[in-house]
Amino acid sequence: MFPEFATCPMTEQKLLDEYFIENRTRLLEIAAFLDRLDRTQEQGSSPDFRMRAFFQALEFLSRSAENRAEQIQMLFSDPTTEPLEALNQKSARGAYHEV
Amino acid sequence: MEYIDMHAHMVSRTTDDYYQMALTGCVAVSEPAFWAGWDRSSADGFADYFRQLTEFEPNRARQYGIRHYTWMCLNPKEADNREMARAVLARIPKFLTHPNVVGIGEIGLNRNTRNELETFKDHVELAVEHEQLILIHTPHLEDKYKGTRLTVETLQSYERIKPHRVLIDHAEEHTVKMILDAGFWTGITLYPNTKVSAQRAADIIEMHGAERICVASACDWGPSVPVAVPQFALEMRRRGHSEELIRHVIFENPAEFLGQSGKFELAPKQSKTLGTAATVN
Repeated sequence: MFPEFATCPMTEQKLLDEYFIENRTRLLEIAAFLDRLDRTQEQGSSPDFRMRAFFQALEFLSRSAENRAEQIQMLFSDPTTEPLEALNQKSARGAYHEV
Repeated sequence: MEYIDMHAHMVSRTTDDYYQMALTGCVAVSEPAFWAGWDRSSADGFADYFRQLTEFEPNRARQYGIRHYTWMCLNPKEADNREMARAVLARIPKFLTHPNVVGIGEIGLNRNTRNELETFKDHVELAVEHEQLILIHTPHLEDKYKGTRLTVETLQSYERIKPHRVLIDHAEEHTVKMILDAGFWTGITLYPNTKVSAQRAADIIEMHGAERICVASACDWGPSVPVAVPQFALEMRRRGHSEELIRHVIFENPAEFLGQSGKFELAPKQSKTLGTAATVN
């Protein structure tokens, strides 16, 4: 019904003109967040499980790849298949924590 | 442009939000039963909430020319409590005949526990027994992929489940394909932080097509935007997508899915003043 699927209807130049600045801003937000982490008090001896996944995601982004968003989602996801035997916490925390 | 917000927790929102939604073209909302942000202490507390969804909220929406539809369930956040789930499920059938109740939802998993899975199955059986549409929540963040897979597998174990009568919601880049490939409807919910942005929702439509996909605000008591659907429409327009395609996603798709309930209908075209009836709180 709608034949334009699998593509973005904008040209590369138009997409960059429209969206580059806001994504540059997002990149700087991440850089500033990492700097802020470095300036925190009472840092742990090893990286938090969420930051380990975060840095893996950043490494992944620096490589050329397809379906980046989907693959980043999987980096943060619980890879196990069986239901939890009991509820250990009410809310998700953003990255899988193997215990 | 007219739109239907397929997933909006309006009991958490002010009348100002109804006003903004009406101004931006919202003609109908569907409100799944939800977690209040804290666990209710009794099944009677749920029954009171169900009365709010079926009696009070439709009147509030009507003042702004918006049709209000709703879903009944014990939500996934409280589904690990099996005793409470059984007590709440026993109270649901009498609400299913209400004219604005379109099905069972939003049911499903939260942290993917065995108890949550059993409560999910209880709800599915209730829906099958009463021939109700089903709306399914999928877990947050790192739990989403596993929870969506468990949900799809569980539904596929029921011979009486018709996939076209089930919408599996809160899909993201890594779950949308498995839902659509199994024949279910899916929903993309637009959140500022925890789910999908308007830009990523437009990406998903571009990559997976516009059939059996709805886009909703899922506005609730947390950080969320009640006019997120028109923001998505604006993003689609910004990229040069056709008005026909945008309408298909934000109006025709939810109307088609909800229409299967036999209860969903839209109000006559709005041309009168909005918010004319002032309710004193």
